[in-house]
Amino acid sequence: MKKLLNDPLRCADELLEGLVDAYNGDCLHVGTRSIVKKEIPEGKVALLVGGGSGHEPIYHGLVGRNLADGAACGDIFAAPPPNIALEATQAVHRGKGVLYLYGNYAGDVLNFDLAADLASDDDIEVRTVLIWDDVCSAPPTRKKDRRGIAGLVPIVKLVGAASQTATSLDELEALARKAVLQTRSVGVSMSPGSIPATGKPTFEIADDRIGLGMGIHGEPGVGEIPMARADDLVAQMIDLIFTDYQTDEEVADLEAGNEIVLFVNSLGSTTMMELLIALRKAKSILTERGIQIYDVIIGPLVTCQEMSGLSFSFTRMDDELKKYWDMPCQSVCYSKMEGHQGA
Amino acid sequence: MSKTTLTASDVRDMMLVVADRIIAAEPILTDADRALGDGDHGLGMARGMTAVKEALAEKEFPSPGKVFIAVGAAMMSSMGGASGALFGMLFRAGGKALGDGQSFTSVELATLLRNGVDQVMAKGGAKPGDKTMVDALVPATEKAEELTDVPLNEAIRQVANAAADGRDASEQMIATMGRAKTLGDNSLGKPDAGAVSVAIIAAAMADYVAVE
Repeated sequence: MKKLLNDPLRCADELLEGLVDAYNGDCLHVGTRSIVKKEIPEGKVALLVGGGSGHEPIYHGLVGRNLADGAACGDIFAAPPPNIALEATQAVHRGKGVLYLYGNYAGDVLNFDLAADLASDDDIEVRTVLIWDDVCSAPPTRKKDRRGIAGLVPIVKLVGAASQTATSLDELEALARKAVLQTRSVGVSMSPGSIPATGKPTFEIADDRIGLGMGIHGEPGVGEIPMARADDLVAQMIDLIFTDYQTDEEVADLEAGNEIVLFVNSLGSTTMMELLIALRKAKSILTERGIQIYDVIIGPLVTCQEMSGLSFSFTRMDDELKKYWDMPCQSVCYSKMEGHQGA
Repeated sequence: MSKTTLTASDVRDMMLVVADRIIAAEPILTDADRALGDGDHGLGMARGMTAVKEALAEKEFPSPGKVFIAVGAAMMSSMGGASGALFGMLFRAGGKALGDGQSFTSVELATLLRNGVDQVMAKGGAKPGDKTMVDALVPATEKAEELTDVPLNEAIRQVANAAADGRDASEQMIATMGRAKTLGDNSLGKPDAGAVSVAIIAAAMADYVAVE
């Protein structure tokens, strides 16, 4: 793999420096490896995201206007250590507490929990909402074992908007739990990404096989299937999402008349052409089933280097979520105008 | 002549040997983690042990316990990931349990391991048989607790052997926690990378005690 690097062991630091440059003054580099909005109003309930680097533009690219207030950035594919999560916590806190919102991985949970303990020594109240949208990583009865994948983008968008007006940490936590509960994703992978420092692939898969339900680091899901036509694969993926809403007793079935935000994500090297071909089929299935698309996100936003594959994420909307969705937002990862496409 | 009692400086030198051994083993750890995890364990451990070297080299410590606390703090703040938190807790909790005692013998070895592994299991949630670092740590700890009246140089070699046996036994375990928990039966036949790290650390400690 040809990669344009300087020191392979400093990738996470150098990409963060570049990310801050991309924000052109709107966000600042804080401490060891955190990025924080330049202006956070006093008395605001703060929203902190974070995770391993190497998946750009998330998570640290989701800091911005009406989005997250800050991000704690780990090394490549590794959760940020507690001291980094703590420095980010201190930098975003404005007296009303800090909501941690991040993907459910053992390393992230251990390190953010350690940071929350340390923050309580500074009298900073922290709450945690985990993102676990990957329906192929565990059955709905074991959500604690589910991984967080691309669904984090609509979730952080909604919670970031809500954090602008939330009057308490309780209120923001409740909204975040709702956004997570209504968001479900299925991913597939066709080839691995590589670890920048070693050049080695993150996993192995035969050229004629697809990992159905595979996680963004190559974690297994449903299993391997033969390489398929786009339309056939998309139909299987969408089916898995519908089945999950149906199986999970905590949410209503996804039914005719429901409205969703649809996110088609590339894991890195899968092209916009392929995403559009997949979107076309997804749209026709959703139309057949009577599901309205409230808005569409499409592009490589939750990636794993040059990994190929894609995911679909659905977020079912209600009036409260629509209100927050309609707010504009701006960041390196995702920006939108007021309202929604198709309004 | 091998040693039966280590001072704080000896423990520092021992952990510097451990750090070099882990850094040299980076490709082995990377391959072990690539088989069952996301492939970053070797780099993470090498990063942690580089920080350990910076924290220990040419510094004097008031007690062996403080050396282990410094090792844990360096790993916890530099590595990230689950490994950084868990290896950090292992050495920090183990080192704290040693208090201000001035010597490190087979008694302190058992105390270090017991308090470390208890913390790792409490926070990480893994128990023996889940195919994690715990599967090398628990047999090593139990061996150390059997051997507290044996000289350190003999005890620590047997403890290292128990860690290696635990690593080998992890090959035949089906992962239910940690890096390979979603692989199910496919995790059979390969050792857990965290258990491989524990075995390397224990062997390096035994080698240091044997040589000097």
